[in-house]
Amino acid sequence: MPESKKPKVAVWKFASCDGCQLSLLDCEDELLAIADAIEIAYFPEASSTVIKGPYDISLVEGSITTPHDAEHIHHVRRASKVLITIGACATAGGIQALRNFRDVRQMVAQVYASPAYIETLSKSTAIADHVFVDFELRGCPINKAQLVEIVSAYLHGRKPNIPRYSVCVECKRRGTPCVMVAEGALCLGPVTQAGCGALCPAYQRGCYGCFGPTETPNPRALSEHWKALGTSSDEIVRLYRTFNAFADAFRKESEAHEG
Amino acid sequence: MKDKTATVTRVIKVDQLARVEGEGALYVRIRNDVVSDVKFRIFEPPRLFEAFLRGRAYSEAPDITARICGICPVAYQMSAVHAMEHALGVSVTGALRDLRRLLYCGEWIESHALHIYMLHAPDFLGYPDVIQMAKDHPETVKQALQLKKIGNEIVRLLGGREIHPINVRVGGFYHLPALADLHRLREQLQWALDVALETVRWTAALPFPDMEYDYEFVALHHPDEYPLNEGRLVSSRGLNIAIDEYEKHFAEEHIAHSTALHSDLKGHGAYFVGPLARYNLNFEQLSLTAKDAAHAAGLPTFCLNPFKSIIVRAVETVYACEHAIEIINAYEPPPRPAVDVQPRAGIGYGASEAPRGTLYHRYRLDDRGMILDAKIVPPTSQNQKIIEDDLRRFVSANHHLADAELTTRCEQVIRNYDPCISCSTHFLRLHIERE
Repeated sequence: MPESKKPKVAVWKFASCDGCQLSLLDCEDELLAIADAIEIAYFPEASSTVIKGPYDISLVEGSITTPHDAEHIHHVRRASKVLITIGACATAGGIQALRNFRDVRQMVAQVYASPAYIETLSKSTAIADHVFVDFELRGCPINKAQLVEIVSAYLHGRKPNIPRYSVCVECKRRGTPCVMVAEGALCLGPVTQAGCGALCPAYQRGCYGCFGPTETPNPRALSEHWKALGTSSDEIVRLYRTFNAFADAFRKESEAHEG
Repeated sequence: MKDKTATVTRVIKVDQLARVEGEGALYVRIRNDVVSDVKFRIFEPPRLFEAFLRGRAYSEAPDITARICGICPVAYQMSAVHAMEHALGVSVTGALRDLRRLLYCGEWIESHALHIYMLHAPDFLGYPDVIQMAKDHPETVKQALQLKKIGNEIVRLLGGREIHPINVRVGGFYHLPALADLHRLREQLQWALDVALETVRWTAALPFPDMEYDYEFVALHHPDEYPLNEGRLVSSRGLNIAIDEYEKHFAEEHIAHSTALHSDLKGHGAYFVGPLARYNLNFEQLSLTAKDAAHAAGLPTFCLNPFKSIIVRAVETVYACEHAIEIINAYEPPPRPAVDVQPRAGIGYGASEAPRGTLYHRYRLDDRGMILDAKIVPPTSQNQKIIEDDLRRFVSANHHLADAELTTRCEQVIRNYDPCISCSTHFLRLHIERE
C-alpha cells in the first residue's frame, strides 16, 4: 500500500476512564471529515489497524500510575512529533491522584484480596511530569470542540484558541445568574478554567472544577468566602480534591485546610 | 528430535485487542489440538475507586463513580443514586423516576449504536474499523452516527453533557428539562426509532458463527417494565433475589493475571450478564414493536448464540427509542427537580442495567452521610469467566482454522460482550499459543 501523505495521528491510553478518547468518536457530525483529513494510525479503541510511527500528533489520555506506564510514555514521546495530553487524568493525574494524599498500599488492600498481585506507583501523575508535552487540553471530560480545535491548530501550524480565563466569564456570557451570590451554592467557577460552557451553574449547581485551575487563580479568597458561608475545613478540602486534585493550585489550597 | 507422539503446540497471539474500551490481553495455548490454557487478561492500571470513596460524602458518589467509565457514566450515576437513596430511606417516584429512565435510554442508544456499528459490525464484515467500513457502506455509517448522536442528545439535555453528566443527584436532578426541548427530542426519536428497526434487520442479516451454549443468564427483572434502574436479580436457573442479597450469592475472586476481580455465582460458577441475558429474562417486558422486530428478524425469545447479541442490542435500541418517546408523551413536570434527602447512618444497595450488563453498588454511611466503605461490581468483571469459557469452547471447535482467522474470530468472541475494561478496572492483548 502506498504511504499516505496525510498527517498520522495516534491515540494512547494510560490510567483513565476512556471518556476523553471517546470524545473523538462522539464527534458524530465531524468524524468522517476528520478521518478524511488525517490518517488514524493508532487508535485501538476504534480500530485494529496499527501503523508504525513516527506520528505527527499523539493524543495521550490518562495518568501515569504503574512502573510499566512510566517507561512506556517515553516510547510514546520518542514516536511523536507533537504530543498533546487530553483530559484531567493526563494533565493533572485525575481522580486516581487522590491516592497521592494517602498510603497507596493501604488503599490497594482495601480493594484487592491479594495486594501482592497489584503493581502500582504511590502517586498518580500527569504526563508532563514525565516527558515534554506540547499542549495540555484540560477537562473531565475534555470539550470535543476544543479537541477538534487543537488538532486542527497543530495540523495547520497555528496557535490554538483555547481560553485560560475562568468559568465565571462563560457564566456571564451565557447570562446565568451567579449561583454563589444568588443561592449560596459552593462554586469553584472563579478559580476554574473555562471550557465546559459553564454547565453546572446553568443547571443550578456550583462548578466542581473539571477543567482545573484557571490562570492566576486566587483560591484563598474563594475559601474565605466559603468559610463565611459556614463551610467546614473538611468540606473545603473535598471541594478542591476531585478530578484535578493534584493540579498545583488546587492541591496547595486543599493542603492549607487539612486539619 | 520429534517423533510421532511428540507434542504439537500452537501459540497464537495478538498483542493488542482493538475495538474494546480499555486495556487487556488474551492468551490461548493449544496443545495437540486441545486448548490447554486461556487467559483473558486485564491489565488496566488499578484506579482504586472503592478505596478513595471512603471519607467522601454520599452526595459525591454519582459524580465520582461516573469517572470509572467514560462510556457508561449514566449507569454508574444511576446505580450510585439508587444505592444512596436506599441507604437514606428516600424513594424517587413519578416524573423524576421517568426522567431517570429517559436519561438511561439515551445512554443505551448511544452505547449500543457505538458498539453495533463502530466496534462489532466491522468484525462480521471484515473491516479493521468503521472508517474503512464507511467507504463501502457510507449511508449505513452516516445513519449510525446520527442514531448515536440522538442517544447523546438525550444525555446532553438531561445530563448537561454526554460524558460525565453533571445534572444527576441523590434525590433526583439539579435542574429539570424544558418542555420545548423534550418535544424537539421526540421528533428526532421518531426518526431514530425507524433507524433502530432498520438496524435490527441489518444486524440479523450478518453472517453468524454457529455457536450455542446453555449459559446461566443473570439480569434485573421487573414485572412491569424492561429493566433499567430497578428490579430483582434473577437468573435462567432459578435465582430470584433482592439486590441487598447480592453479596450472599455472588463472590468476587482476585486472580493473578487480572487487575479486575472475577465474579462467580456461588454454587453455580460462571454466569452471563448483558443485553442477551436481559433479553432472555425479560422478553415479555419489551414493547410490542421491539418484540415484533425480534420475531421478524428470526431471533428466538430465548437466544443462546452470543454472537447474536448484536441483534439483541438493536432490539434494545428499538425499545429505548420507543420508551423514550412514551416517557416524553406522558411527561408532566414534577413540582421540584429533587426530593429532600437527609443524611443518616445505614447501608444502601443499588443495581442497574448498564448497556453491557448489571452494575452493582453498595455503600455504608455514617450518621453524617460520609462513606465508610464502598463496593462496586461492574458488568465486565462479571463476564470475564464466561468470556474465557467461550474462548475455550470456540477454539476447541475451530482449531482447524489458520492462526490469522482464528485470532480474528477470538477477538469477535470477546467483543460479543462489549467488554468495558475501563470499568472493570482496562487493554486487551490477544496472545494465542499453540503447542
